[in-house]
Amino acid sequence: MNLLAATQLAVDSAWAVYAVGALLVVAGAAGVVLQRNPVHCALALVTAIFGIALLFVDQGADFLAAVQIIVYAGAIVILFLFVIMLLGVDRKEVRPPAKLRSLAPAGIVVGVVAVVELLVLSQVHYWATGYKGAAEALNGPGENVQKLGQSIFASYLLPFEMTSVLLVIAVVAAVILVRRNAQPGASAGHKTAASARPVAKAPGAGQATTAEAPDQPAAQQAHEPGAPGR
Amino acid sequence: MTVPGPWYLVLAACLFGIGATGLLVRRNILVMYMCIELMLNAVNLTFVTFSRMLNDLGGQDAVFFVLVVAAAEVVVGLGIIVAIYRRRSGATADDISSLKG
Amino acid sequence: MVNAAYAIVALPLIGFVINLVLGRRLGEPTAGWVGTVAAGGSFVATLVVWAHMLGQATAHRTTDLTIFTWFPVAGLHVNAGLIVDPLSMTMALFVTGVSTAIHMYSIGYMHRDPGFDRFFVYLNLFLFSMAVLVLADNFLFSFLGWEGVGFCSYGLVGFWFQREVAAVAAKKAFVTNRVGDTGFLLAMFLMFAHFGSLDYSAVLGPVALHGIAGTTATAITLLLFLGAVGKSAQIPLFIWLPDAMEGPTPISALIHAATMVTAGVYLMARVAPMLQYAHATAWVVASVGAGTALVAATIACSQDDIKKALAYSTVSQLGYMFLAIGAGDYVDGLFHMLTHAFFKALLFLSAGAVIHALGDCQDMKLMGGLRKYLPLTTIVFGAGWLAISGMPPFAGFWSKDAILASAWQMNKALWAAGVLTAGLTAYYMSRQFALVFSGQARWREARPVASPRTGGDHGTGGQEAPGTGLPAPAHAEATPKDPSWVMAVPLVVLAVGAVLGGLINLPFFHMDFLSKFLGPAFPTATAVRVSSSTKFWLFWATLAVAGTGLVLGLRTWQTAAHPRLEPRFLRRAWYVDDILAATVSGPMRAVASGLAFVMDRKLVDGLVNGVAGSLALSSRVVRRVQNGYVRTYALGIGIGVVVLLTYLTFRTGS
Repeated sequence: MNLLAATQLAVDSAWAVYAVGALLVVAGAAGVVLQRNPVHCALALVTAIFGIALLFVDQGADFLAAVQIIVYAGAIVILFLFVIMLLGVDRKEVRPPAKLRSLAPAGIVVGVVAVVELLVLSQVHYWATGYKGAAEALNGPGENVQKLGQSIFASYLLPFEMTSVLLVIAVVAAVILVRRNAQPGASAGHKTAASARPVAKAPGAGQATTAEAPDQPAAQQAHEPGAPGR
Repeated sequence: MTVPGPWYLVLAACLFGIGATGLLVRRNILVMYMCIELMLNAVNLTFVTFSRMLNDLGGQDAVFFVLVVAAAEVVVGLGIIVAIYRRRSGATADDISSLKG
Repeated sequence: MVNAAYAIVALPLIGFVINLVLGRRLGEPTAGWVGTVAAGGSFVATLVVWAHMLGQATAHRTTDLTIFTWFPVAGLHVNAGLIVDPLSMTMALFVTGVSTAIHMYSIGYMHRDPGFDRFFVYLNLFLFSMAVLVLADNFLFSFLGWEGVGFCSYGLVGFWFQREVAAVAAKKAFVTNRVGDTGFLLAMFLMFAHFGSLDYSAVLGPVALHGIAGTTATAITLLLFLGAVGKSAQIPLFIWLPDAMEGPTPISALIHAATMVTAGVYLMARVAPMLQYAHATAWVVASVGAGTALVAATIACSQDDIKKALAYSTVSQLGYMFLAIGAGDYVDGLFHMLTHAFFKALLFLSAGAVIHALGDCQDMKLMGGLRKYLPLTTIVFGAGWLAISGMPPFAGFWSKDAILASAWQMNKALWAAGVLTAGLTAYYMSRQFALVFSGQARWREARPVASPRTGGDHGTGGQEAPGTGLPAPAHAEATPKDPSWVMAVPLVVLAVGAVLGGLINLPFFHMDFLSKFLGPAFPTATAVRVSSSTKFWLFWATLAVAGTGLVLGLRTWQTAAHPRLEPRFLRRAWYVDDILAATVSGPMRAVASGLAFVMDRKLVDGLVNGVAGSLALSSRVVRRVQNGYVRTYALGIGIGVVVLLTYLTFRTGS
């Protein structure tokens, strides 16, 4: 087969999609692990996420691919970038002497062994119990979104409600965690792509009078052992 | 024809391994967190793959929930990181070691 | 009617409980009267039972009552039971009678003592234990009473426990008793092994004893005699009795003169049927008794403390009783026990009156010429003095004479020891009488001594009244006077007993009531087959020796200073205490402290501390796992995941 036919084959077949997706994923993951600058790591993460989304589409999970882009790439990684910028860790890292000796060898060993075993396990055939889940069949009539929505709101309603509670808790926790007494830029309003306004108060007056005041000094002081005095 | 399932599984496994290694090797707390996200994505890919292989929509539901939880977790985790590392440059995970025995 | 025997034991117990619970509230003197009424009731019950018994024919005088089954264990069945027979009734009569008199005396003697109610609690408990001891129908129940009187002795000797001397003396009394009690216990083990039971009827019945091996009988009786030696203060366990004089004088009178110390004699009399098969024991008993009598009499000749002299005198007279038991003449031994109870209690109580009158002074060298001031006490003490010296027609003469006759029959050497003791007894008692009641009034120049009630080491200088913290009223230096009626009535009663006591067993005119009453209880008693001419000669010999001693003592001791007659050897009681301290208690203490150091400090403490220390050490090592670094924890999680995956990978089967 000459080069033209191979290219044709590659472009036409699903292997091409897979190859591109896999390339994006692996390149992104390697970038996250290997880049020095955290902003570059975030960008590499975005690349990996795009690759994953491509693979989702390839497997028929359309809605999930869209949600992946919107939520992961569009919100989570943006959050990461916010924090990176806020904390200024994008500047050149002044490498302080490592307090703990490098765990790189152990880490690499763990990673490799995990991969190998996962590969072995993936070839094992007796995991499938044949038990039918509560969801419907993947292939069948109806759009993916429609079926996904039906299964979530009908079969898995309780987990859905619990996750909504979880989200509320997360928002409240985030607000509490980053409250500060008198500092500009104190309240980074942490929220998801939802529409809630940042509910963090203005720095200064009024903060100490709320009910959360007792938590505040303790949480902050306890977590900033070496911080320069505020 | 489509790519058979196990190829995706292999890819997810590699992604997971890379994420695990990155978590243990990097010292910057935010990069460590990103590696955790990588691992979560690997799991998502596995779920979707199995959903296709077993012809069951439950895998995608699981991914849905994993996505939600991951988002919430990122929110809280970053909040903690911000609370700890305010105005500290070059913060590493080794600096918060006061909870030791 | 014979069921009144339950009351003999029950009434003191009830008095004990009442005083224990309500004594503090009843206070003085009501608590004392409660105790006295309980004792008196017990005495009345004894009289009732005795009268009933006298109405029975001789052969039917033994009744066995069971209160309840104590423990029916496999193979050993022990009842809490009472036996009503001439022997136990004789004992019960004088125990309860003398007890009642002394209860009443104590109300006066313990006046204003802060521990008044506690005293009567102990007294009633003592009477209960003694009643159980003499009335029990098996060895184990009797042993209960035996130990009970030992405990009460501890509590009462150490009554003024703030005084270190008293506390030590109490311990000494208890521990020495316990040494003897091992003998009693071993004897009970042997009895059970041989007879399978501990009842008197089973062990001492003619059927049981028929064909008993001489060695078994000797072993059992010898071990029981060891118990008697401890309880009745014979050589070598007499050391506790003089020290026990630290207790209040009524206690010395009741426990250490009249009742507890006679428990040993009672025990040996009880096993009389077995003694006939154990000739070796009989010899041991008689020899120990005679030896103790002589040795104690020599020691008493040199004592300054009025109560210690009487204590050694008690030891000596107890020796006489054992001599009689050993010679096989049980009736006379018990006769002497009875008369001794009267005159010794009398002597102690009148000594107590003297002590009380002089503000708790006990040193005879600091007394003298008191007959002008204490006429009643002089008379009653005199009665006791003549009785114990063996002067006819007082009580002591008849009993002592009878014992000496049996001793003559058994062995002339024993008899010689007895006669010599009689002489010495008369001598030291006259010495005592002279020092206290005649001669110069040395007490006028003497300083008031520290009262034992306030504790000599409290530094009060004796200026406090006994028993209270109040400053001394003028009476401590004022003229001594006779005691009040509460103390005087018992004295008089006992004096009457001392004078007339001999009447219960006169050897002529068929007035040997006691022999007739008790004789059948001892079918195996050795009949005294001494001819009357020998008896007559013996009578005169004894009288001569005793009379010489009496006169000698009186004349010599009109003045108080005769140091050559009181050698240190005698004053220190033949150094028995010192020898025992050096040979027994010294090494024991060294062993104990050695064990305490090695075993306790090093071994036990080391083990316990070692466990704690090793735990701390291990936790210190394990602690290092938590180094606070998140990455290490993440590595740990990663390793855990790998382990799980490995397990899953290599798992065979489903």
